[in-house]
Amino acid sequence: MNQEAARTDSDAIVELCGISKSFGGARALINVDLTVARNSIHALVGENGAGKSTLGKIIAGIHQPDRGELVVNSDRATWRSPRDALASGIAIISQEPTLVPQRSVEENVFLGVEAKRGRFLVDTVRVRDRYRELSERLGFDLPASARVGTLRLGDQQKVEIMRAVARDAKLIVMDEPTAALSKVEADRLLADVRGLRRAGMTVIYISHFLEEVLQLVDQVTVLRDGKIVRNGPASAETPSTLVSAMVGRPVSLAFPPKSYPSSDAPVILSVRGLTQPGVIEDVSFDVRRGEIVALAGLIGSGRSEVARAIFGADRLARGTITVRGRPVTIREPRDATRIGVVMVPEDRKGQGLVMGRSILENVTLPHLDRFSWAGIIDRRSERAEGAVAVKNLDVRYRQLSAPVASLSGGNQQKVLFARWLVVRPHVLLADEPTRGVDVGAKLAIYQLLCRLAQEGMGILLISSELEEVLGIGHRILVMRRGRITAEFDGQTATEGDVMRAAFGTSEDDAGDLIGEQR
Amino acid sequence: MNSASPSDIAGAETSQGRIPLLLQRLRSTSSLAARIRDYGIVVAFGLLFVGLSITSSSFLTSTNLLNILDQNAALGIIACGLTLVFIAGGFDFSVGAIFGLVGVVSAEVAIHVATFLGLLSGVLVGLTLGMVNGTLATFGRINSFIATLATSIIIGGLAVVIAQGQLITVSDPAFASLGRGSVGAVKYTTIIWFIVAVVATVMLTRSALGRYIYAVGGNAEAARLSGVRVNLIRGMTFAISGACAGVGGVLEASRVATGEADVGGVNLVLTVVAATVIGGTSILGGEGAIWRSTLGLLFLALIGNGFNLLNIDPIYQQILQGGIILLAVGIDAWARRGAP
Repeated sequence: MNQEAARTDSDAIVELCGISKSFGGARALINVDLTVARNSIHALVGENGAGKSTLGKIIAGIHQPDRGELVVNSDRATWRSPRDALASGIAIISQEPTLVPQRSVEENVFLGVEAKRGRFLVDTVRVRDRYRELSERLGFDLPASARVGTLRLGDQQKVEIMRAVARDAKLIVMDEPTAALSKVEADRLLADVRGLRRAGMTVIYISHFLEEVLQLVDQVTVLRDGKIVRNGPASAETPSTLVSAMVGRPVSLAFPPKSYPSSDAPVILSVRGLTQPGVIEDVSFDVRRGEIVALAGLIGSGRSEVARAIFGADRLARGTITVRGRPVTIREPRDATRIGVVMVPEDRKGQGLVMGRSILENVTLPHLDRFSWAGIIDRRSERAEGAVAVKNLDVRYRQLSAPVASLSGGNQQKVLFARWLVVRPHVLLADEPTRGVDVGAKLAIYQLLCRLAQEGMGILLISSELEEVLGIGHRILVMRRGRITAEFDGQTATEGDVMRAAFGTSEDDAGDLIGEQR
Repeated sequence: MNSASPSDIAGAETSQGRIPLLLQRLRSTSSLAARIRDYGIVVAFGLLFVGLSITSSSFLTSTNLLNILDQNAALGIIACGLTLVFIAGGFDFSVGAIFGLVGVVSAEVAIHVATFLGLLSGVLVGLTLGMVNGTLATFGRINSFIATLATSIIIGGLAVVIAQGQLITVSDPAFASLGRGSVGAVKYTTIIWFIVAVVATVMLTRSALGRYIYAVGGNAEAARLSGVRVNLIRGMTFAISGACAGVGGVLEASRVATGEADVGGVNLVLTVVAATVIGGTSILGGEGAIWRSTLGLLFLALIGNGFNLLNIDPIYQQILQGGIILLAVGIDAWARRGAP
């Protein structure tokens, strides 16, 4: 066999030799050597801040290494921008969507690579055809003309994926592509990634979801503090071997034990007939003192909207809300917080934190009245109470006055919880509380939710992670198309039950209906 | 590692604490532009001050310096109000028009009703117009730049109507005492500017309202979900800005004992916006400070003063000022590029 042919056909598509990268004084990557085999799926895993995203961004030309060599297709690559990388067939799908929210799905997908008539005119017919083709290939059904800004996060991620595929990339770096997707949508994406491999492409896959990684990829590389600490075929790994490598010590992935509320625990939150036309229809349920009710369902099934409606973030058309036995009117979030109903929103950066302000200010923002006399804040008591709240949640910080943006994702999420635990709310609505946080912070949040429930809070947990829903939910409600379609006991439910209800596989529904009629 | 019981916990803390710590260092030292933005105005002002002290013998005299303060007092007060609007994420184009209308109204009231009421009515008119702006830009859902551009045209028209195209001169010397009087060598105007700046600073940094202003400008949705009444807070910044423009207009009218419809206008707005931006308050909201805008305004004033003292053609002053604004906004943009 010709040696040169062997090199180009089967060997590495990307080789990294001694790559180092620092940001200011912080070393993000230290002397990294890595080979990515052509036509494979290669996972990079590690805790937040381990350097996996930086590595992905160097391969895709977003960052330039300080030292070391990047070899692509046996040629030394010195890229100055993602555009250079794209010219060599490397695209990246980043963690945060980088779309033009005011323009349509189609325009975003083909931005810069539109089919043209002549030099300047966009050939709308061909663009529409190519869009349809691409949608069918990926099994996505986003309307071509929908404005991207009106789509939910999960759907925006899909647009990102379509955009990379539309660019004929030979290697796609995917940074947490499923973080915002529900289980069903994530599974579909995984199938698509396998499809990309069948088509001869290479995927570098960065993810927190270890199960997902192990069933998907050929090779796994574990990073810790900017160095590669483990690298080998996925078949030789298990979630616990990966986690041990990531944190450098064995960690149990187990959920804290469930402690169910006593059977006579009073109902603390009761909603009846919540309706917002086209979004949620006739949603009714109760949450008892000390109970964790998990709200599962696909992205777009109306889960977040239920929480937002209860919290007063969106207007309700119809429905009644009863808190601790008293009917209440909630028109805006301040009405909710006054009666002890609080919400941790799904989008930490967009809806939760004021990123430019300090940790302390973010924690005490809703409670300034408590520390103020004649409108002037008593900074000593603010600091004292804020520090207690932050310490209770074990937020790792250097100074309370440091900007909240300087914290890792997990710690930012804890700050959001700390904000509401300064006071003792009766009802906590937690929307995707573990999205984009590392394993350690996830466990801490699970423990926190269980502790709060034990102390008598009623919790509505919204999550796209089935493991989480089953792992800590006392009761599981499944939503589909704006309605609650199924309810399961947290002790006996299985992933299959919840998934089938969320996806609406028909036999169960029909069976239930018949059962009721009798 | 020692196996005594507390050390396990300590070990765990350092291994996990390292990541956020690194990020903190990374973000605080990453960007030279961020540093220049944060302290550039201080350095620039200092250099200009020292430079003028050396090159011109008449610069570093109390007469000259107090004069600069007196001449810029009205602008400085308006800059305080505008800074609040900027931090809350809005834009107030109408301060120049309010400045002009208020002068006319206070002169008319002083002539036809009472001198003292004339001075007071000016401030109240400013406050009222600010509240109108605030209502339009929040509950009215009109983009604040457009809303205040429109009201500034209306207000400018009203001023011309009321003044009937004339200068309105107030003969009662009591009317002019506010703008011309002084304590020792320091003019009342300077003292009032100082008081407004101090009150605004305390309000921004120490009061709940100040926190809400930063939060609303930094992330309006997060503020709303935290129970902050976003529209009310934004609206209040416009009201305060209107009141500040009212105070400025009264001081100016009092100083020249005359109400003049087109005394403020677009030029005044541009100067105050320039001062605020040069100081480092971002027009994107969420960051900024009163001392910044104050220093920014004084920086512009020193340039004007220097051109005067050194006998340079004032045409070049305009070109220089435009260049400095580009530089300031450019540095802000570069600083943001490094941020998350």
